[in-house]
Order: sequence, then C-alpha cells, then structure tokens
Amino acid sequence: MKPSIAVIDYGLGNVRSVSKALALAGGDARVSSEIKQIENADGIVLPGVGAFGKGMDNLEKAGLIPIIRSRIEAGKPFLGICLGLQMLFSVSEEHGSSRGMDIIKGEVKLFKNDLKIPHMGWNRVKFKNRQEGGGGIFEGISDGSYFYFVHSYYAAPEEGSLVSSTTDYGGEFTSSIVKENIWAMQFHPEKSGEDGLRIMKNFIRTCGEKK
Amino acid sequence: MRRKKMRDFQKRGNGGLAKRIIPCLDVKNGRVVKGVNFVDLVDAGDPVEIAAAYAGAGADELVYLDITASVEKRQAMLEIVAKTAEQVFIPLTVGGGIRKLPDISDLLKAGADKVSMNTSAVENPSLIRDASREFGAQCIITAIDAKKTAPGKWEVYTYGGRKATGLDVINWAKQCVELGSGEILLTSMDKDGTQSGFDIELTAAVSEAVTVPVIASGGAGELSHLKDALDEGKADAVLAASIFHFGKFSIAETKKYLRENGIPVRI
Repeated sequence: MKPSIAVIDYGLGNVRSVSKALALAGGDARVSSEIKQIENADGIVLPGVGAFGKGMDNLEKAGLIPIIRSRIEAGKPFLGICLGLQMLFSVSEEHGSSRGMDIIKGEVKLFKNDLKIPHMGWNRVKFKNRQEGGGGIFEGISDGSYFYFVHSYYAAPEEGSLVSSTTDYGGEFTSSIVKENIWAMQFHPEKSGEDGLRIMKNFIRTCGEKK
Repeated sequence: MRRKKMRDFQKRGNGGLAKRIIPCLDVKNGRVVKGVNFVDLVDAGDPVEIAAAYAGAGADELVYLDITASVEKRQAMLEIVAKTAEQVFIPLTVGGGIRKLPDISDLLKAGADKVSMNTSAVENPSLIRDASREFGAQCIITAIDAKKTAPGKWEVYTYGGRKATGLDVINWAKQCVELGSGEILLTSMDKDGTQSGFDIELTAAVSEAVTVPVIASGGAGELSHLKDALDEGKADAVLAASIFHFGKFSIAETKKYLRENGIPVRI
C-alpha cells in the first residue's frame, strides 16, 4: 500500500500542487485540515507561502498545532516547505515579532541586503552534512542543483548542525534543515521540476519505511 | 570578456539566483491562440500539453494569459489550471480578466502560483492591497503596459493597450509595490510584436525604481535581445511568446547563449 501523506491545509499556499507532486511521486496524498486524518497519516507535509503571522494564526484557529507537535514527537516523517519550515522556529521578526511553534530553536529574519525582495526564482542549493550512501531526503540530487524559491525571510537555527543546505542571496542563508524525522526546506520542491519530485519520492520512501 | 561580465554579476551580488526565462501562452476559450509549433505535440492548441513540453524543455516559469472575451467562458481557465497543476511542477502565473478577490482565490486553489492584474489594478488599486494581505505579496503581480510619451517618460495603458490612463509608469510601478505587489510584469507597447528588442531604457528605469523583481516583456526577436533586457535592462526575468512558440529558438539554446554571455541561468 502507498504511504499515506497528509498535506496540511490551513488556507495558505498552493496545497494542490504539493499534493499532486506527492501523488506523482508515489504517495497517497490527501489535502486535509482534519485532526483524525493527520493523526493516521504515515507522513505529514506542512506547505505554505506568505506571511508568518497569518500562517500561525490560521494554524492556531484550526487547532492544528498540537497535532503537528505530537506527530513530530511520535517520530512521524515531517516535511516542512517554505512557511512550513519557518513556522517550526521560535520566533520571526516579521511585523516586529511573531511567535512560531518553537520546535526548532532559532529566529526567522528578513533579508538585509540591497537585492530584490522577495528572493524569487531558481537558486543553487549547496548541501552540507549529507548522508553518504543514500537514505537521505536529498539522495540522487547533485550538489549545487537549482530549486525554486519565493520568500523575503529566512530561518536561522541556533544549532548549526541542523543546517543541511545553504544558498547564496547576498550571503549564504540556511535553505534547508534536517533534524531526526524533520525535513524542512525554504525552497519549493513542488515547483522545482524533476529534482523537486525526487525530494518528494525520497520523503515518501522514508514514510513507507517508518510505517 | 566573459570573465569580466561574470565579475560584474558578482559585484551586483545577485548570489546564485538565476535569471528566469518565461514563455507566455495566450489562451482563448481554453485553447492556445495560434497554437504552438513544437515537434511531437499531439494537440498544438492544448495549453496543458504545451505547458508540460515547456517545463520539460527547461522553462523557469509559465504564464497563461486569458484573452477570453466573455466572463462565462472563463471557467475553462480554471479547468486548465487544475489540469496543469497535476502534471507541471514549475511556477504558473495566470493573468487576464481578474477583477475581484474570489477570482484570485479560485485560481490559486486550482493550482496557480501567482496572478497578474493590469486594468483592474489601475481601476481599483485596493484590489492589489487586499489581495496582497489575503494571499501574500509573492503571488500578486501587477502587469503594466507602457507606452513612450517623451524621452524617459512612459504612460500606463489599460484594456489591452486601448485606454490611456494618464499615469506615469515609474510612479505607478512604485505605487504597486507599496500596495503589495511582489513582482512587476512590464510590457513595452511600442516594442510588443515588433521583434526588434525590448525597451531597455524603460526596463532599467522601472527595475531601478522598485524593490521587487521585474519581468521584461515585449519585443523579443533575437537571443541578444533577451540578454540586453537582463543585463543592461536589469530585468530579473524575460517573458516571450512567438520566438519560442514557433520554434525560432529552443529554451535550451536560449539558456546556453545567455550563459555564454555571462547571464546566470538554470541549465
């Protein structure tokens, strides 16, 4: 049976593309905001793009934060995309200061350079501490491959060892993190062509293994 | 020569961000106008098939421009967007006929990543502000049709270039960003359809005036035109239709040319 993947819908971002990419990659993907469905899934995807504060508000109003927390604690594979990465962090400096889920210690910061904001388009992802010999979420993807980004803020984890890739936009920033069963990336695998679909496949394989 | 150009880009500190090549499909009643002259297409008028072909060929994003006249037939666009989202995994922008927030919400739910507004933005600027607050600036593009009126001066036109608005392009572009547009799609009406090159002066003037990415459009005929728009014109992306649709240049040879000329592209 295909691993079941719950794509959490909280009213922000292109959830349809995320779920279609996961389906094409071999997952039984369902867009959902129902606690029961999220609880029973083999893996969870938190997508999203846009404002941090609104994202947190929507998650809170839908009562989804406790279930995200408990599934992560239970060791279920979790994939965070863009805002779904940022909201894992303690705090964002968007609109002064907004509280995140505080699952990863660190801060979400605005780009401070003289470049165009948002950082929009395809940029290179340079991997760090990549698992040798396979099993990782980036397996089969060449170092320096292009992925699609669209964001004005970036996440800076306190623990440098969580950084699994960096990208250069007027300086290197953290473009993905890995922590145990948490994989989270600032770029959009669902919008990054073949390499993006490979990430989805790797994620689904992990969900199948941890079933 | 090439090395010097590469250094210039580094000086500008664009990081590793690639310049984007964006084919645009004019869609009427659910069909691509005039079709597309690719090899191996089963249906040269099917937007979904063409979109998939472009994504496979290395296009960085796609734009569907809905030129359907009647509001009733616009439903066709939603179905096309939904089908596209099932098989095409690069960013998709939809423009044309978007008048109110539910139009935007419908398109985004169907699987569009961004929407582009022109006439409705000019007539109702609060639409840009409200849409940006609701869906995020990153998915709200303002399209500006610009016509030159004097040296260094351009006027904003609406209704597909039929109506002069009296608005100054540079001021309007700045205002769009203040209202919450995350990107500007800038078309030179003087150059559009001429294949004689982009309006570089216009493109550079707008790109320097705003803090968000600018997509240059109108006038692409040769690969050097694309390079000039991205280099001298300081555009972040170029949009073109006929040079790609009728097979004059492939996306691959376009990108190869640009890379050889010092423009960072995704290959």
